[in-house]
Amino acid sequence: MARYETVIGLEFHAELKTKSKLFCPCPTEFGGEPNTHVCPVCLGLPGVLPVLNKHAVELAVKAGLALNCDIQRVSKFDRKNYFYPDLPKAYQVTQFALPICRDGYVNISGKQIRINRIHLEEDAGKLIHSGESILDSGFSMPDYNRAAVPLIEIVTEPDIRSAQEARELAERLKSLLEYAGVSDVRMEQGSLRCDVNISLRPEGQTEFGIRAEIKNLNSFRAIERAIEYEEKRQAAILDEGGRVIQETRTWDDGKGITLSMRSKENAHDYRYFPEPDLVPTVIDDIWMNEIRQSLPEMPEARKHRLMTECGLSEYDTNRIVETPMLAFFFDEVIEAGADAKLTANWILGDISRLLTGNEDKLPIKASDLAVLIEQVKSGAINHSSGKLVLEEMFMHGGCPLEIIKTRGFAQISDASALQEAVLKVVEANPEPVADYKAGKKKAMGFLLGQIMKATGGQANPQMVREMLEKALDA
Amino acid sequence: MAISEKDIAYIAELSELELTSEEAVQYAGSLNSIIDYMAQLQELDTSGVEPTTHVLQLQNVFREDVVKPGLSREEALRNAPNRTKTSFKVPKIL
Repeated sequence: MARYETVIGLEFHAELKTKSKLFCPCPTEFGGEPNTHVCPVCLGLPGVLPVLNKHAVELAVKAGLALNCDIQRVSKFDRKNYFYPDLPKAYQVTQFALPICRDGYVNISGKQIRINRIHLEEDAGKLIHSGESILDSGFSMPDYNRAAVPLIEIVTEPDIRSAQEARELAERLKSLLEYAGVSDVRMEQGSLRCDVNISLRPEGQTEFGIRAEIKNLNSFRAIERAIEYEEKRQAAILDEGGRVIQETRTWDDGKGITLSMRSKENAHDYRYFPEPDLVPTVIDDIWMNEIRQSLPEMPEARKHRLMTECGLSEYDTNRIVETPMLAFFFDEVIEAGADAKLTANWILGDISRLLTGNEDKLPIKASDLAVLIEQVKSGAINHSSGKLVLEEMFMHGGCPLEIIKTRGFAQISDASALQEAVLKVVEANPEPVADYKAGKKKAMGFLLGQIMKATGGQANPQMVREMLEKALDA
Repeated sequence: MAISEKDIAYIAELSELELTSEEAVQYAGSLNSIIDYMAQLQELDTSGVEPTTHVLQLQNVFREDVVKPGLSREEALRNAPNRTKTSFKVPKIL
Protein backbone atom coordinates (compact mmCIF):
# COMPACT_ATOMS: atom_id res chain seq x y z
CA MET A 1 0.00 0.00 0.00
CA ALA A 2 1.35 3.40 -1.01
CA ARG A 3 2.16 5.95 1.70
CA TYR A 4 0.45 9.32 1.38
CA GLU A 5 1.08 12.78 2.70
CA THR A 6 -1.98 14.76 3.81
CA VAL A 7 -2.25 18.39 2.66
CA ILE A 8 -4.75 20.62 4.45
CA GLY A 9 -5.80 24.25 4.18
CA LEU A 10 -8.40 25.74 6.49
CA GLU A 11 -10.97 28.49 6.01
CA PHE A 12 -12.48 30.15 9.05
CA HIS A 13 -15.49 32.41 9.26
CA ALA A 14 -15.68 34.54 12.39
CA GLU A 15 -18.60 36.78 13.26
CA LEU A 16 -17.34 40.23 14.21
CA LYS A 17 -18.38 41.72 17.53
CA THR A 18 -20.33 44.69 16.21
CA LYS A 19 -23.68 45.91 17.48
CA SER A 20 -25.11 46.54 14.03
CA LYS A 21 -24.89 44.76 10.67
CA LEU A 22 -22.23 45.31 8.01
CA PHE A 23 -24.18 47.65 5.73
CA CYS A 24 -27.27 48.68 7.72
CA PRO A 25 -28.18 49.60 11.33
CA CYS A 26 -30.08 46.37 12.13
CA PRO A 27 -28.97 44.60 15.34
CA THR A 28 -26.61 41.61 15.16
CA GLU A 29 -27.86 40.18 18.46
CA PHE A 30 -28.16 36.40 18.54
CA GLY A 31 -31.50 34.66 19.04
CA GLY A 32 -34.22 37.17 18.05
CA GLU A 33 -37.61 36.02 16.71
CA PRO A 34 -37.31 35.13 12.97
CA ASN A 35 -37.25 38.12 10.60
CA THR A 36 -37.37 40.81 13.29
CA HIS A 37 -33.80 42.15 12.78
CA VAL A 38 -34.29 43.18 9.18
CA CYS A 39 -34.66 46.31 7.05
CA PRO A 40 -34.92 47.16 3.33
CA VAL A 41 -31.10 47.06 2.96
CA CYS A 42 -30.43 43.58 4.36
CA LEU A 43 -33.57 42.21 2.69
CA GLY A 44 -32.23 43.44 -0.65
CA LEU A 45 -35.30 45.51 -1.52
CA PRO A 46 -34.98 47.65 -4.66
CA GLY A 47 -33.52 51.15 -4.48
CA VAL A 48 -31.53 50.85 -1.26
CA LEU A 49 -27.87 51.70 -0.70
CA PRO A 50 -25.52 49.90 1.69
CA VAL A 51 -23.22 51.98 3.95
CA LEU A 52 -20.17 50.29 5.49
CA ASN A 53 -19.92 49.88 9.28
CA LYS A 54 -16.66 51.58 10.31
CA HIS A 55 -16.23 49.44 13.40
CA ALA A 56 -16.35 46.24 11.32
CA VAL A 57 -13.41 47.57 9.27
CA GLU A 58 -11.48 48.27 12.47
CA LEU A 59 -12.16 44.80 13.87
CA ALA A 60 -11.03 43.18 10.61
CA VAL A 61 -7.78 45.17 10.82
CA LYS A 62 -7.31 44.09 14.44
CA ALA A 63 -7.76 40.46 13.38
CA GLY A 64 -5.13 41.05 10.71
CA LEU A 65 -2.71 42.49 13.25
CA ALA A 66 -3.33 39.57 15.62
CA LEU A 67 -2.46 37.15 12.78
CA ASN A 68 0.64 39.08 11.66
CA CYS A 69 -0.86 40.19 8.33
CA ASP A 70 0.01 43.04 6.00
CA ILE A 71 -2.91 45.44 6.29
CA GLN A 72 -3.81 46.71 2.84
CA ARG A 73 -3.94 50.45 2.24
CA VAL A 74 -6.79 50.02 -0.27
CA SER A 75 -9.51 47.39 -0.13
CA LYS A 76 -12.88 47.15 -1.81
CA PHE A 77 -15.98 44.99 -2.11
CA ASP A 78 -17.21 42.71 -4.88
CA ARG A 79 -20.44 40.85 -5.55
CA LYS A 80 -20.35 37.06 -5.48
CA ASN A 81 -23.34 35.85 -7.44
CA TYR A 82 -25.30 32.71 -6.72
CA PHE A 83 -28.92 31.74 -6.25
CA TYR A 84 -29.81 30.30 -2.89
CA PRO A 85 -32.76 31.30 -0.70
CA ASP A 86 -30.55 32.22 2.28
CA LEU A 87 -29.20 35.10 0.18
CA PRO A 88 -31.93 37.71 -0.33
CA LYS A 89 -30.04 39.74 -2.95
CA ALA A 90 -28.88 36.66 -4.92
CA TYR A 91 -25.32 37.90 -4.35
CA GLN A 92 -23.06 38.10 -1.34
CA VAL A 93 -21.05 41.26 -0.77
CA THR A 94 -17.47 40.17 -0.11
CA GLN A 95 -13.89 41.22 -0.87
CA PHE A 96 -12.51 39.20 -3.78
CA ALA A 97 -9.90 41.20 -5.68
CA LEU A 98 -8.64 43.47 -2.90
CA PRO A 99 -9.03 41.91 0.57
CA ILE A 100 -8.30 43.99 3.66
CA CYS A 101 -5.42 41.79 4.95
CA ARG A 102 -2.84 39.56 3.25
CA ASP A 103 0.17 37.39 4.05
CA GLY A 104 0.07 36.64 7.77
CA TYR A 105 1.08 33.67 9.85
CA VAL A 106 0.22 31.79 13.03
CA ASN A 107 2.76 29.76 15.00
CA ILE A 108 1.80 26.34 16.26
CA SER A 109 4.21 23.96 18.01
CA GLY A 110 7.41 24.03 16.04
CA LYS A 111 5.79 25.25 12.84
CA GLN A 112 4.50 28.35 11.11
CA ILE A 113 1.20 28.21 9.23
CA ARG A 114 0.88 30.96 6.64
CA ILE A 115 -2.33 32.99 6.31
CA ASN A 116 -3.12 33.82 2.70
CA ARG A 117 -5.74 36.49 3.33
CA ILE A 118 -8.48 37.87 5.57
CA HIS A 119 -11.45 39.53 3.97
CA LEU A 120 -14.64 41.18 5.15
CA GLU A 121 -18.01 39.87 4.00
CA GLU A 122 -21.66 39.60 4.95
CA ASP A 123 -23.22 36.48 6.44
CA ALA A 124 -26.19 34.73 4.81
CA GLY A 125 -29.58 34.10 6.40
CA LYS A 126 -30.63 30.89 8.10
CA LEU A 127 -32.93 28.35 6.46
CA ILE A 128 -35.44 26.48 8.54
CA HIS A 129 -36.72 23.43 6.69
CA SER A 130 -40.25 22.07 6.93
CA GLY A 131 -39.04 18.46 7.18
CA GLU A 132 -36.25 16.64 9.02
CA SER A 133 -33.61 17.70 6.50
CA ILE A 134 -33.35 19.78 3.37
CA LEU A 135 -33.90 16.64 1.25
CA ASP A 136 -37.29 15.68 2.64
CA SER A 137 -38.63 19.22 3.02
CA GLY A 138 -41.54 20.35 0.89
CA PHE A 139 -40.60 23.98 1.55
CA SER A 140 -38.16 26.07 3.59
CA MET A 141 -38.47 29.24 5.67
CA PRO A 142 -35.63 31.76 5.48
CA ASP A 143 -34.90 33.82 8.57
CA TYR A 144 -32.89 36.90 7.56
CA ASN A 145 -31.89 38.07 11.05
CA ARG A 146 -28.38 36.85 10.39
CA ALA A 147 -28.25 38.13 6.80
CA ALA A 148 -25.50 40.79 6.46
CA VAL A 149 -24.03 40.25 9.92
CA PRO A 150 -20.32 41.14 9.52
CA LEU A 151 -17.89 38.25 9.08
CA ILE A 152 -14.21 37.89 8.41
CA GLU A 153 -13.06 34.95 6.35
CA ILE A 154 -9.54 33.76 7.17
CA VAL A 155 -7.85 31.56 4.58
CA THR A 156 -4.66 29.62 5.37
CA GLU A 157 -2.09 28.34 2.89
CA PRO A 158 -2.06 24.53 2.48
CA ASP A 159 0.66 24.21 5.14
CA ILE A 160 -1.09 21.77 7.48
CA ARG A 161 -0.14 18.08 7.35
CA SER A 162 -2.23 16.31 9.99
CA ALA A 163 -5.48 16.34 11.93
CA GLN A 164 -3.55 17.28 15.10
CA GLU A 165 -1.93 20.29 13.41
CA ALA A 166 -5.32 21.41 12.08
CA ARG A 167 -6.83 21.22 15.54
CA GLU A 168 -3.93 23.07 17.11
CA LEU A 169 -4.17 25.83 14.52
CA ALA A 170 -7.93 26.15 15.07
CA GLU A 171 -7.47 26.42 18.83
CA ARG A 172 -4.65 28.92 18.48
CA LEU A 173 -6.64 31.02 16.04
CA LYS A 174 -9.68 31.02 18.32
CA SER A 175 -7.55 32.21 21.22
CA LEU A 176 -5.89 34.97 19.14
CA LEU A 177 -9.24 36.30 17.87
CA GLU A 178 -10.61 36.22 21.40
CA TYR A 179 -7.61 38.12 22.80
CA ALA A 180 -7.86 40.66 19.97
CA GLY A 181 -11.49 41.20 21.00
CA VAL A 182 -12.82 40.85 17.45
CA SER A 183 -15.23 37.93 17.85
CA ASP A 184 -17.04 35.81 20.43
CA VAL A 185 -15.59 32.75 18.66
CA ARG A 186 -18.25 30.31 19.90
CA MET A 187 -18.16 27.33 17.59
CA GLU A 188 -21.35 25.80 18.99
CA GLN A 189 -23.28 29.06 18.32
CA GLY A 190 -21.74 29.40 14.88
CA SER A 191 -19.81 32.61 15.55
CA LEU A 192 -16.66 30.70 14.55
CA ARG A 193 -16.95 28.20 11.68
CA CYS A 194 -14.30 26.14 9.96
CA ASP A 195 -14.14 24.50 6.52
CA VAL A 196 -11.40 22.00 5.70
CA ASN A 197 -9.77 21.56 2.28
CA ILE A 198 -7.98 18.23 2.23
CA SER A 199 -6.09 16.18 -0.35
CA LEU A 200 -3.61 13.32 -0.34
CA ARG A 201 -0.48 12.87 -2.44
CA PRO A 202 2.08 10.05 -2.62
CA GLU A 203 4.98 10.81 -0.30
CA GLY A 204 7.69 12.75 -2.09
CA GLN A 205 5.37 14.20 -4.74
CA THR A 206 5.35 18.01 -4.91
CA GLU A 207 2.15 18.41 -6.94
CA PHE A 208 -1.07 18.58 -4.91
CA GLY A 209 -3.70 15.84 -5.18
CA ILE A 210 -7.39 16.46 -5.86
CA ARG A 211 -9.06 17.95 -2.80
CA ALA A 212 -12.40 17.71 -1.10
CA GLU A 213 -13.90 20.52 0.96
CA ILE A 214 -15.59 19.57 4.25
CA LYS A 215 -18.23 21.79 5.81
CA ASN A 216 -20.41 21.71 8.92
CA LEU A 217 -17.62 21.29 11.48
CA ASN A 218 -18.93 22.63 14.78
CA SER A 219 -16.16 21.71 17.20
CA PHE A 220 -12.40 21.17 17.36
CA ARG A 221 -13.06 17.49 17.87
CA ALA A 222 -15.17 17.41 14.68
CA ILE A 223 -12.33 19.02 12.69
CA GLU A 224 -9.93 16.36 13.91
CA ARG A 225 -12.30 13.43 13.37
CA ALA A 226 -13.44 14.59 9.91
CA ILE A 227 -9.82 14.87 8.74
CA GLU A 228 -8.96 11.42 10.09
CA TYR A 229 -12.01 9.97 8.33
CA GLU A 230 -11.26 11.78 5.06
CA GLU A 231 -7.60 10.59 5.10
CA LYS A 232 -8.82 6.99 5.21
CA ARG A 233 -11.54 7.54 2.58
CA GLN A 234 -9.23 9.22 0.07
CA ALA A 235 -6.40 6.72 0.70
CA ALA A 236 -8.77 3.83 -0.05
CA ILE A 237 -9.79 5.46 -3.38
CA LEU A 238 -6.16 6.11 -4.37
CA ASP A 239 -5.07 2.59 -3.35
CA GLU A 240 -7.55 1.16 -5.81
CA GLY A 241 -6.18 3.40 -8.53
CA GLY A 242 -9.25 5.64 -8.43
CA ARG A 243 -9.56 9.42 -8.50
CA VAL A 244 -10.87 11.60 -5.68
CA ILE A 245 -13.74 13.78 -6.87
CA GLN A 246 -13.37 17.51 -6.27
CA GLU A 247 -16.52 18.28 -4.31
CA THR A 248 -18.02 19.69 -1.14
CA ARG A 249 -18.75 17.19 1.61
CA THR A 250 -20.63 17.59 4.86
CA TRP A 251 -19.58 16.11 8.22
CA ASP A 252 -22.12 13.90 9.98
CA ASP A 253 -21.01 14.05 13.60
CA GLY A 254 -23.36 11.32 14.83
CA LYS A 255 -22.20 8.76 12.25
CA GLY A 256 -18.62 10.02 12.19
CA ILE A 257 -18.46 10.19 8.38
CA THR A 258 -18.34 12.77 5.57
CA LEU A 259 -21.04 12.74 2.90
CA SER A 260 -21.12 14.20 -0.58
CA MET A 261 -23.35 17.27 -0.85
CA ARG A 262 -25.21 17.15 -4.11
CA SER A 263 -24.18 20.35 -5.80
CA LYS A 264 -24.55 21.79 -9.26
CA GLU A 265 -21.52 21.50 -11.50
CA ASN A 266 -21.43 25.23 -12.15
CA ALA A 267 -21.86 26.22 -8.53
CA HIS A 268 -18.32 27.56 -8.30
CA ASP A 269 -18.60 30.08 -11.11
CA TYR A 270 -19.60 33.10 -9.04
CA ARG A 271 -19.12 35.80 -11.70
CA TYR A 272 -17.54 38.23 -9.25
CA PHE A 273 -17.69 41.88 -10.19
CA PRO A 274 -17.01 45.13 -8.31
CA GLU A 275 -19.79 46.23 -5.92
CA PRO A 276 -20.73 49.62 -7.44
CA ASP A 277 -22.73 50.72 -4.37
CA LEU A 278 -19.69 50.81 -2.06
CA VAL A 279 -16.60 53.00 -2.45
CA PRO A 280 -13.07 51.80 -1.62
CA THR A 281 -11.74 51.72 1.94
CA VAL A 282 -8.42 53.49 2.39
CA ILE A 283 -6.52 53.01 5.63
CA ASP A 284 -3.88 55.70 6.09
CA ASP A 285 -1.02 55.64 8.64
CA ILE A 286 -2.91 57.71 11.20
CA TRP A 287 -5.96 55.45 11.26
CA MET A 288 -3.74 52.38 11.14
CA ASN A 289 -1.84 53.54 14.23
CA GLU A 290 -5.06 54.30 16.09
CA ILE A 291 -6.26 50.75 15.48
CA ARG A 292 -2.87 49.31 16.43
CA GLN A 293 -2.97 51.25 19.73
CA SER A 294 -6.43 49.89 20.52
CA LEU A 295 -5.37 46.25 20.10
CA PRO A 296 -5.67 44.56 23.51
CA GLU A 297 -2.72 42.78 25.12
CA MET A 298 -1.87 39.69 23.01
CA PRO A 299 -0.75 36.33 24.47
CA GLU A 300 3.05 36.84 24.26
CA ALA A 301 2.95 40.22 26.02
CA ARG A 302 0.55 38.78 28.58
CA LYS A 303 2.86 35.83 29.33
CA HIS A 304 5.76 38.23 29.82
CA ARG A 305 3.75 40.34 32.27
CA LEU A 306 2.46 37.37 34.28
CA MET A 307 5.98 36.02 34.71
CA THR A 308 7.86 39.26 35.39
CA GLU A 309 5.29 41.45 37.15
CA CYS A 310 3.14 38.80 38.85
CA GLY A 311 5.97 36.37 39.57
CA LEU A 312 4.15 33.30 38.21
CA SER A 313 6.05 30.26 36.97
CA GLU A 314 6.26 29.64 33.23
CA TYR A 315 4.10 26.54 33.65
CA ASP A 316 1.29 28.37 35.49
CA THR A 317 1.54 31.31 33.08
CA ASN A 318 1.13 29.08 30.05
CA ARG A 319 -1.84 27.33 31.58
CA ILE A 320 -3.61 30.60 32.36
CA VAL A 321 -2.87 32.29 29.02
CA GLU A 322 -4.02 29.18 27.12
CA THR A 323 -7.62 30.03 28.08
CA PRO A 324 -8.51 33.68 27.44
CA MET A 325 -11.49 33.53 29.80
CA LEU A 326 -9.22 32.48 32.68
CA ALA A 327 -6.59 35.07 31.74
CA PHE A 328 -9.15 37.92 31.75
CA PHE A 329 -10.55 36.62 35.04
CA PHE A 330 -7.07 36.42 36.58
CA ASP A 331 -6.53 40.12 35.77
CA GLU A 332 -9.86 41.10 37.29
CA VAL A 333 -9.15 39.20 40.51
CA ILE A 334 -5.73 40.74 41.04
CA GLU A 335 -7.14 44.17 40.15
CA ALA A 336 -9.63 43.59 42.98
CA GLY A 337 -6.61 43.36 45.27
CA ALA A 338 -5.88 39.64 45.56
CA ASP A 339 -2.38 38.18 45.69
CA ALA A 340 -1.27 37.06 42.20
CA LYS A 341 0.26 33.70 43.14
CA LEU A 342 -2.66 32.71 45.38
CA THR A 343 -5.07 33.75 42.61
CA ALA A 344 -3.20 31.58 40.10
CA ASN A 345 -3.36 28.62 42.51
CA TRP A 346 -7.11 28.97 42.99
CA ILE A 347 -7.78 29.42 39.26
CA LEU A 348 -5.62 26.50 38.11
CA GLY A 349 -6.68 24.27 40.99
CA ASP A 350 -10.22 24.33 42.32
CA ILE A 351 -11.73 26.67 39.73
CA SER A 352 -10.44 24.65 36.76
CA ARG A 353 -11.69 21.49 38.45
CA LEU A 354 -15.15 22.98 39.03
CA LEU A 355 -15.30 24.23 35.43
CA THR A 356 -14.76 20.76 33.93
CA GLY A 357 -17.56 20.02 31.52
CA ASN A 358 -18.75 23.61 31.41
CA GLU A 359 -15.72 25.58 30.22
CA ASP A 360 -17.58 28.45 28.58
CA LYS A 361 -18.72 30.50 31.49
CA LEU A 362 -17.43 31.37 34.94
CA PRO A 363 -20.35 31.52 37.35
CA ILE A 364 -18.50 33.58 39.97
CA LYS A 365 -17.48 37.23 40.20
CA ALA A 366 -13.83 38.25 40.31
CA SER A 367 -14.42 40.53 43.30
CA ASP A 368 -15.99 37.62 45.23
CA LEU A 369 -13.01 35.38 44.58
CA ALA A 370 -10.70 38.19 45.75
CA VAL A 371 -12.65 38.36 49.04
CA LEU A 372 -12.50 34.58 49.50
CA ILE A 373 -8.74 34.52 48.88
CA GLU A 374 -8.28 37.24 51.48
CA GLN A 375 -10.40 35.33 54.02
CA VAL A 376 -8.21 32.25 53.65
CA LYS A 377 -4.97 34.24 53.60
CA SER A 378 -5.84 36.12 56.82
CA GLY A 379 -6.79 32.89 58.57
CA ALA A 380 -10.44 33.87 59.04
CA ILE A 381 -11.30 30.49 57.49
CA ASN A 382 -9.01 27.56 56.78
CA HIS A 383 -8.13 26.31 53.32
CA SER A 384 -10.48 23.35 53.24
CA SER A 385 -13.40 25.55 54.29
CA GLY A 386 -12.33 27.92 51.52
CA LYS A 387 -12.77 25.12 48.98
CA LEU A 388 -16.28 24.43 50.28
CA VAL A 389 -17.18 28.12 50.08
CA LEU A 390 -15.97 28.20 46.47
CA GLU A 391 -18.06 25.15 45.60
CA GLU A 392 -21.10 26.81 47.10
CA MET A 393 -20.39 29.98 45.10
CA PHE A 394 -20.19 27.88 41.92
CA MET A 395 -23.38 25.98 42.59
CA HIS A 396 -25.70 28.55 44.10
CA GLY A 397 -23.97 31.89 43.69
CA GLY A 398 -23.84 34.24 46.63
CA CYS A 399 -21.16 36.27 48.32
CA PRO A 400 -18.38 34.46 50.22
CA LEU A 401 -18.80 36.35 53.51
CA GLU A 402 -22.46 35.41 53.61
CA ILE A 403 -21.67 31.74 52.94
CA ILE A 404 -18.96 31.69 55.63
CA LYS A 405 -21.48 33.10 58.12
CA THR A 406 -24.45 30.87 57.30
CA ARG A 407 -22.40 27.69 56.98
CA GLY A 408 -20.41 28.47 60.16
CA PHE A 409 -17.02 28.22 58.47
CA ALA A 410 -15.38 30.96 60.54
CA GLN A 411 -12.16 29.55 61.91
CA ILE A 412 -11.67 29.27 65.66
CA SER A 413 -8.76 31.50 66.50
CA ASP A 414 -9.82 32.10 70.09
CA ALA A 415 -6.72 31.05 72.08
CA SER A 416 -8.51 29.88 75.25
CA ALA A 417 -11.04 27.77 73.33
CA LEU A 418 -8.25 26.16 71.32
CA GLN A 419 -6.08 25.63 74.40
CA GLU A 420 -8.93 23.72 76.03
CA ALA A 421 -9.37 21.48 72.96
CA VAL A 422 -5.62 20.80 72.81
CA LEU A 423 -5.40 19.79 76.46
CA LYS A 424 -8.45 17.52 76.21
CA VAL A 425 -6.96 15.62 73.30
CA VAL A 426 -3.57 15.30 75.04
CA GLU A 427 -5.28 13.87 78.14
CA ALA A 428 -7.45 11.46 76.17
CA ASN A 429 -4.57 10.00 74.14
CA PRO A 430 -1.75 9.02 76.49
CA GLU A 431 -0.23 6.45 74.12
CA PRO A 432 0.39 8.69 71.11
CA VAL A 433 1.65 11.34 73.54
CA ALA A 434 4.14 8.85 74.95
CA ASP A 435 5.14 7.81 71.42
CA TYR A 436 5.80 11.42 70.50
CA LYS A 437 7.88 11.97 73.61
CA ALA A 438 9.83 8.81 72.77
CA GLY A 439 10.81 10.42 69.46
CA LYS A 440 8.07 9.15 67.14
CA LYS A 441 7.30 12.54 65.62
CA LYS A 442 4.64 11.01 63.42
CA ALA A 443 2.29 10.82 66.40
CA MET A 444 1.97 14.59 66.11
CA GLY A 445 -0.13 14.20 62.95
CA PHE A 446 -2.58 11.90 64.71
CA LEU A 447 -3.02 14.30 67.61
CA LEU A 448 -3.52 17.27 65.27
CA GLY A 449 -6.18 15.29 63.44
CA GLN A 450 -8.00 14.58 66.70
CA ILE A 451 -8.04 18.27 67.62
CA MET A 452 -9.37 19.26 64.19
CA LYS A 453 -12.05 16.59 64.52
CA ALA A 454 -13.04 17.87 67.96
CA THR A 455 -13.42 21.42 66.63
CA GLY A 456 -15.37 20.39 63.54
CA GLY A 457 -12.43 21.25 61.28
CA GLN A 458 -12.62 24.91 62.16
CA ALA A 459 -9.59 25.31 64.40
CA ASN A 460 -6.85 27.57 63.13
CA PRO A 461 -4.27 24.86 62.26
CA GLN A 462 -1.26 27.13 62.72
CA MET A 463 -2.30 28.05 66.28
CA VAL A 464 -3.20 24.46 67.15
CA ARG A 465 0.18 23.18 66.02
CA GLU A 466 2.02 25.72 68.13
CA MET A 467 -0.10 25.01 71.21
CA LEU A 468 0.24 21.26 70.80
CA GLU A 469 4.02 21.48 70.45
CA LYS A 470 4.15 23.55 73.61
CA ALA A 471 1.92 21.13 75.53
CA LEU A 472 3.93 18.07 74.42
CA ASP A 473 7.31 19.59 75.02
CA ALA A 474 6.29 20.69 78.52
CA MET B 1 -12.50 37.55 -27.80
CA ALA B 2 -15.72 36.42 -29.38
CA ILE B 3 -18.69 35.27 -27.35
CA SER B 4 -20.33 32.17 -28.75
CA GLU B 5 -23.93 31.08 -28.37
CA LYS B 6 -22.60 28.34 -26.11
CA ASP B 7 -21.20 31.03 -23.78
CA ILE B 8 -24.56 32.76 -23.82
CA ALA B 9 -26.32 29.53 -22.87
CA TYR B 10 -23.89 29.03 -19.98
CA ILE B 11 -24.31 32.59 -18.66
CA ALA B 12 -28.07 32.28 -19.00
CA GLU B 13 -28.01 29.09 -16.96
CA LEU B 14 -25.95 30.70 -14.20
CA SER B 15 -28.33 33.66 -14.19
CA GLU B 16 -31.40 31.43 -14.13
CA LEU B 17 -32.65 32.94 -17.40
CA GLU B 18 -34.53 31.08 -20.10
CA LEU B 19 -33.59 32.27 -23.57
CA THR B 20 -34.97 31.21 -26.93
CA SER B 21 -32.36 30.38 -29.59
CA GLU B 22 -33.21 33.63 -31.40
CA GLU B 23 -32.53 35.58 -28.21
CA ALA B 24 -29.25 33.74 -27.72
CA VAL B 25 -28.10 34.79 -31.19
CA GLN B 26 -29.21 38.35 -30.54
CA TYR B 27 -27.43 38.59 -27.14
CA ALA B 28 -24.24 37.06 -28.55
CA GLY B 29 -24.27 39.83 -31.15
CA SER B 30 -24.83 42.65 -28.68
CA LEU B 31 -22.32 41.36 -26.15
CA ASN B 32 -19.68 40.96 -28.86
CA SER B 33 -20.13 44.53 -30.01
CA ILE B 34 -19.79 45.78 -26.43
CA ILE B 35 -16.61 43.74 -25.94
CA ASP B 36 -15.17 44.95 -29.25
CA TYR B 37 -15.87 48.51 -28.21
CA MET B 38 -14.20 48.01 -24.82
CA ALA B 39 -11.24 46.34 -26.55
CA GLN B 40 -10.23 49.76 -27.83
CA LEU B 41 -9.05 50.50 -24.29
CA GLN B 42 -6.43 47.79 -24.67
CA GLU B 43 -4.66 50.02 -27.18
CA LEU B 44 -3.87 52.59 -24.47
CA ASP B 45 -0.66 52.42 -22.45
CA THR B 46 -1.88 52.22 -18.84
CA SER B 47 1.44 51.36 -17.20
CA GLY B 48 1.92 53.76 -14.30
CA VAL B 49 -1.84 54.35 -13.93
CA GLU B 50 -3.24 53.13 -10.64
CA PRO B 51 -6.10 50.65 -11.22
CA THR B 52 -9.52 52.22 -10.83
CA THR B 53 -11.47 50.76 -7.93
CA HIS B 54 -14.53 52.94 -8.36
CA VAL B 55 -15.74 55.47 -10.91
CA LEU B 56 -16.57 58.02 -8.20
CA GLN B 57 -13.69 59.92 -6.66
CA LEU B 58 -14.88 58.97 -3.19
CA GLN B 59 -13.45 56.79 -0.46
CA ASN B 60 -14.20 55.85 3.16
CA VAL B 61 -17.93 56.42 3.30
CA PHE B 62 -18.89 54.90 6.64
CA ARG B 63 -21.61 54.69 9.23
CA GLU B 64 -20.94 54.42 12.95
CA ASP B 65 -21.78 51.11 14.62
CA VAL B 66 -25.15 52.21 15.98
CA VAL B 67 -28.35 50.11 16.05
CA LYS B 68 -31.55 51.59 14.67
CA PRO B 69 -34.90 49.87 14.36
CA GLY B 70 -35.67 48.40 10.93
CA LEU B 71 -38.94 46.97 9.68
CA SER B 72 -41.53 45.21 11.77
CA ARG B 73 -41.99 41.58 10.80
CA GLU B 74 -45.36 42.34 9.22
CA GLU B 75 -43.82 45.09 7.10
CA ALA B 76 -40.90 42.83 6.14
CA LEU B 77 -43.19 40.02 4.99
CA ARG B 78 -45.85 42.21 3.37
CA ASN B 79 -44.64 41.93 -0.24
CA ALA B 80 -43.60 38.29 -0.06
CA PRO B 81 -45.32 36.13 -2.69
CA ASN B 82 -45.53 33.32 -0.17
CA ARG B 83 -45.17 33.36 3.60
CA THR B 84 -45.86 31.64 6.88
CA LYS B 85 -46.78 33.44 10.08
CA THR B 86 -43.17 34.32 10.90
CA SER B 87 -41.13 33.72 7.76
CA PHE B 88 -40.84 33.93 4.05
CA LYS B 89 -41.71 30.64 2.39
CA VAL B 90 -39.65 29.25 -0.48
CA PRO B 91 -40.21 26.13 -2.59
CA LYS B 92 -38.28 22.88 -2.18
CA ILE B 93 -34.57 23.60 -2.57
CA LEU B 94 -33.03 20.22 -3.47
